[in-house]
Amino acid sequence: MYQQAKRLSKLALCPVLMLLSLLSTGAWATEGAPQRWQLNMTPGVTEVGAKIYDLHMFVFWVCVVVGILVFGVMFYSVFAYRKERHQEPATFHENTRVEIAWTIVPFLLLLVMAVPATKTLIEIYDTDDADLDVLVTGYQWKWKYEYINPNGDNVSFFSNLLTDKAEIANSEAKGSNYLIEVDEPLVLPVDKKVRFLVTANDVLHAWWVPALAVKRDAVPGFINEAWTKATETGVYRGQCAELCGRDHGFMPIVVNVVEEAEYQEWMAGKQAEAAELKALMSKEFTMDELVARGKTVYNRSCAACHGPAGEGGVGPAIAGSAIATGPTKGHLDVVVNGVPGSAMQAFGGQLNEVDLAAVVTYQRNGFGNNMGDMLQPIDIYKFKKGQ
Amino acid sequence: MGAHGPAKGLTRWLTTTNHKDIGSMYLWFSFAMFLLGGSFAMIIRAELFQPGLQIVQPEFFNQMTTMHGLVMVFGAIMPAFVGLANWMIPLMIGAPDMALPRMNNWSFWILPPTFLLLASTLFMEGGGPNFGWTFYAPLSTTYAPPSVTFFIFAVHAMGISSIMGSINIIATIVNMRAPGMTYMKMPMFVWTWLITAFLLVAVMPVLAGAVTMMLMDIHFGTSFFNAAGGGDPVLFQHVFWFFGHPEVYIIILPAFGVVSEVIPTFSRKPLFGYDSMVYATASIAFLSFIVWAHHMYTVGLPIAGELFFMYATMLIAVPTAAKVFNWITTMFKGSITLETPMLFAIAKVFLFTVGGFSGLMLAIAPADFQYHDSYFVVAHFHYTMVAGAIFALSSAVYYWLPKWTGKMYNETMGKAHFWISFLGFNLTFFPQHFVGLAGMPRRIPDYNLMFADFNMMSSIGAFIYGTSQLLFLFNIVRTITHGKPVNSDKVWDGATTLEWTVPSPAPYHTFSTPPEVK
Repeated sequence: MYQQAKRLSKLALCPVLMLLSLLSTGAWATEGAPQRWQLNMTPGVTEVGAKIYDLHMFVFWVCVVVGILVFGVMFYSVFAYRKERHQEPATFHENTRVEIAWTIVPFLLLLVMAVPATKTLIEIYDTDDADLDVLVTGYQWKWKYEYINPNGDNVSFFSNLLTDKAEIANSEAKGSNYLIEVDEPLVLPVDKKVRFLVTANDVLHAWWVPALAVKRDAVPGFINEAWTKATETGVYRGQCAELCGRDHGFMPIVVNVVEEAEYQEWMAGKQAEAAELKALMSKEFTMDELVARGKTVYNRSCAACHGPAGEGGVGPAIAGSAIATGPTKGHLDVVVNGVPGSAMQAFGGQLNEVDLAAVVTYQRNGFGNNMGDMLQPIDIYKFKKGQ
Repeated sequence: MGAHGPAKGLTRWLTTTNHKDIGSMYLWFSFAMFLLGGSFAMIIRAELFQPGLQIVQPEFFNQMTTMHGLVMVFGAIMPAFVGLANWMIPLMIGAPDMALPRMNNWSFWILPPTFLLLASTLFMEGGGPNFGWTFYAPLSTTYAPPSVTFFIFAVHAMGISSIMGSINIIATIVNMRAPGMTYMKMPMFVWTWLITAFLLVAVMPVLAGAVTMMLMDIHFGTSFFNAAGGGDPVLFQHVFWFFGHPEVYIIILPAFGVVSEVIPTFSRKPLFGYDSMVYATASIAFLSFIVWAHHMYTVGLPIAGELFFMYATMLIAVPTAAKVFNWITTMFKGSITLETPMLFAIAKVFLFTVGGFSGLMLAIAPADFQYHDSYFVVAHFHYTMVAGAIFALSSAVYYWLPKWTGKMYNETMGKAHFWISFLGFNLTFFPQHFVGLAGMPRRIPDYNLMFADFNMMSSIGAFIYGTSQLLFLFNIVRTITHGKPVNSDKVWDGATTLEWTVPSPAPYHTFSTPPEVK
């Protein structure tokens, strides 16, 4: 039995030793992307993140010291007062002074922790005087970013998981950014205070980027605020942190922090893109153009539920469906407004008019539906306006 | 026994009003649920063994995490402690039975059909509940599978069972103590259950309210949790955690009670600081009502609320620490032997305290912005729930099994169960602290390669821990069928409470004449 107690103590020390040994091998603190065998929180690339990290480490070491003392006494008692060598147990069962002492000492320790915790919290809540506002909207299962530009020329786009389905299904080798890569990252300027206005379109989500020390719940119907100020350029990755349904594990966040000049250039590019899209609104597309564009949109926004060949899955099949082969108006209604109470989202706010026209045309003419009719962006515009 | 022995056959169990029969049924039922919830956990860990989707699809994975939590909390841990309460409270306070025996029968028999209903949702169209055991709206309302209605009904039924069970416990303790047993002479297990029962009566109706509002939102067009209709999804979280935080103390307080019995027995020394233990338990129960929003630090509370909940939560460390110090001081200068119940009790104190440390870290609101909804949280609450509650339950079963059956369990097998559980448990949950801190969110079926190593360790640990519970089952069954009879009333030489004054096995009726307590 003595042997077992010895083993108990060894096992108890095991996690602590593991921690200490890995501490020295450099897997301890990291910036940016998580590392293999990473053991600890990242201090990240923001001042607030560094303060949170310090606070975390302070409380951690207090716990370690208290743990060593408390468990020390406990294991000492188990060794020293085993029946074999301590036949006559003592009979004491109270000591008011000791009991008061071990109530007051933890209380004082807590006070010491509460001071920096309060200071850091106040800083986290100070969202005033931001240089840039970004509206972050969680969708099942992607993020939408909208840059609120003072001149009213907002830029917005969706950010989807880029990882290939084949990698998830294990039929292809997984890349190093497996599940934490997106088609279009959020781009932010370095050394600027960026305020995030966080909300959701459907269910709860949470926007979390460890290196930026931001985690905020995205609540449908409400707008939460958070902010960050990255002090180093780089690519920072995170994930949705609130269970949001089937693909909760598949809606990553990638933030590309760049120099101010590069950011301005990127922003100008996005604004030009938006202007170009505006121009496309009045363009008359051919069937081939619409189908080609529609296929891309379909694979990005529809295929996950309706199947890449329109064969159905979570959602009903598009191939031969009554809606896709019925009147255009009914088809548009489902796509633009969604089906309330089901997984079918309202895509009217997610896709622009060009993409909506393209994807509906593609659905009506692809997968053997061959309806032969097509929609132009202006038709979508009229449909939305007429609602 | 004689003329008042149990009825024969199945009717005995269906119609029994005997606290020992009902206690045994609760315990067997909870063990069955423990294995069911455990097998869900095995599916989760098998899927997370490697990155990529191998065994289940995300839809089913979400059903597994949800059902694992629901079955473990409501089906395994809570009924197990109610089973212990049924068996032990009358024996410990010198009462002939529970105060409300017919209600006792009813509160048990609600449970099997309820959990059958809950489990059957997995086979329904659209699958079972998939919104996490915390069932946050609107994922659990507007976006829920149709089976959610059955889930709501099941939660109502569980709540009725719990409320009846706890009313019974309160009535028994208040009215049926043996002459001379004042409140401050009650065994600590009885005290912790008295306080727990009050918590249950206070918060189960709140849970019932939450699921009723869900029902209304889903079927009757209300918008309690729907912002588009003037409601608020965050309201759901407030209501849920007003139930949910006391709930975690409902789970842990009886576990505190168990170790407060086991440690003095095997230290052969009275419990240190009995009075302060009672006051600490009561303060924890009180504080549990004013800390609920620490589960919601990232939800967008105003800073004043955030600070209040942070300070209140940190305060819980004070009475909890006092309890840990008391247990350790009980061992100090005792005369300790390490039979299986004591091993589990010491491990419970040790590992629960580790969970307490991570709990303190989580209480620090700014740091929680990094911990929240990560695997760090998963590690934290499994240290408190598995090591805190289930280790205490294992301890209790080994401790009282000789009294229940009149036979001694196999000590070697018991110790093997302990050491394998201890190793498996730590291997499962310690690495989850690391992946959580490194940024792995909870409730995801697949993850980046960086998290692969620790997840594999975690899965191996879970398989070890899961398998070791079969050894536990085998040991219990073998004790009943082949165990060596124990010849004395007082099975453990250091035991002092009243249950050790009745024969082993405890006869069908005990304390028909109340004992005298000095």
